[in-house]
Amino acid sequence: MKNKVISILDAVDMIPEGAVIMCGGFLGCGSAHSLIEALAQKGTKNLTIIANDCGMATGPQGEEFYGIAKLIHNRQVSHVIATHVGMTPEVGEQGMVDKTLQVDLLPQGTLAEMIRAGGAGLGGVLTPTGVGTIVEDSPYCLGRQSVMGKDYLLMKPIHADFALIGGHTVDTFGNVWYKGTTRNFNIVMATAADVTIVEADCLVEIGDIEPENVVTAGAYVNYIVDGGSV
Amino acid sequence: MMDRAEIKSFIAKRVARDLKDGDVVNLGIGLPTLVPSYLPEGVEVILHSENGILGAGAKPAPHEAEPRYKTDAGGQSARAASYGSYIDSATSFSFVRGGHVNVTILGGLEVDQEGNLANWIIPGKKMPGMGGAMDLLVGAKEVIVAMEHTARGKPKILKQCTLPYTAIHCVDKIITEMCVFVRTPDGLVMTEINPEYTVEDVRLATEAEFQVAEDLKSMCA
Repeated sequence: MKNKVISILDAVDMIPEGAVIMCGGFLGCGSAHSLIEALAQKGTKNLTIIANDCGMATGPQGEEFYGIAKLIHNRQVSHVIATHVGMTPEVGEQGMVDKTLQVDLLPQGTLAEMIRAGGAGLGGVLTPTGVGTIVEDSPYCLGRQSVMGKDYLLMKPIHADFALIGGHTVDTFGNVWYKGTTRNFNIVMATAADVTIVEADCLVEIGDIEPENVVTAGAYVNYIVDGGSV
Repeated sequence: MMDRAEIKSFIAKRVARDLKDGDVVNLGIGLPTLVPSYLPEGVEVILHSENGILGAGAKPAPHEAEPRYKTDAGGQSARAASYGSYIDSATSFSFVRGGHVNVTILGGLEVDQEGNLANWIIPGKKMPGMGGAMDLLVGAKEVIVAMEHTARGKPKILKQCTLPYTAIHCVDKIITEMCVFVRTPDGLVMTEINPEYTVEDVRLATEAEFQVAEDLKSMCA
């Protein structure tokens, strides 16, 4: 079996300037914190980040720049596609005042389905969410469609170069079990990138996770890094 | 006169009376999170937290909290109830759009007499984002807007929203410290009033047109 376990530094070295990256997590819960930290230290610029949010300016335990907020603070991001960025005020500053950051906002359920479609080979998603709102003007919306008398928006699938996934228990094949509320966007994102990298809080041997308990199948995962948090 | 904290608990208390035992409920940030503490006896609701809890439990005590792994949609420590489950975002919003949420309770910047709601962006000034609100407004069986009646005296219940919509024709009920409005095919109808105010007070604080129910009741019943 191919060894998928690499160092955190080797993982971030794969990510070039201008890369499109999906980051799992919800306000930092379930984000691949060690990978994001290493990416921040390396300083790779001009990134496009697809994520639910941009982390938090202050984390739940007082962390400064929690999760993706680090990359924003370092001005490494030129484009964000997200659903809510209010917990990281610098996104608003860079987006509206400095105008150095392009921010595209999409409904949370819509973004999840666009990513799912991207990973599932679908040509788009029809959702009733956003009908009659400015989501209809979004570059990701291909217009309204009526199905059986009800209006829907046709939303494009979305794909990335890299997905950074925050797993709890991960075996060396890349099978992932998630703890608590960390499933969030990790599950769909792990399917929708050219290169999927999982950060393990707890790296275990193949067989340690029962096949019934595997949430993200290792076959989706290209590389594994040991985050070593547990 | 009530202070702002009293106003918020007054509204939350009134909203709580509308929930039925077994309802699946999603609560927006702020005022709506106060609602569960005022549920009438014998009423238990199943809380949906859109980031990934279906059946959220009581907030964990500090020594039990696991903020790295278990949070609510505001990023604060949370956990599933004994009967609850942790779900991913695609599942969470399939649940929402699929009509499995009975009631969503959220605040608003503006609501209008057509039942349109604006609460996610002030162009050029603030762009926090819609998060899950657009999906919840479209998917939930009942939408209750729970908010202060005005923004420091400036009407928030309007003829037509001036800010970008979060969703159109979605609001079923508006509950404020002054009154309860129900949206009907004939427009907004005031069904209950806080006895501290007169109908004229409500009219002065409301830009939207509304009718007064023939059997107008007290909010404090």
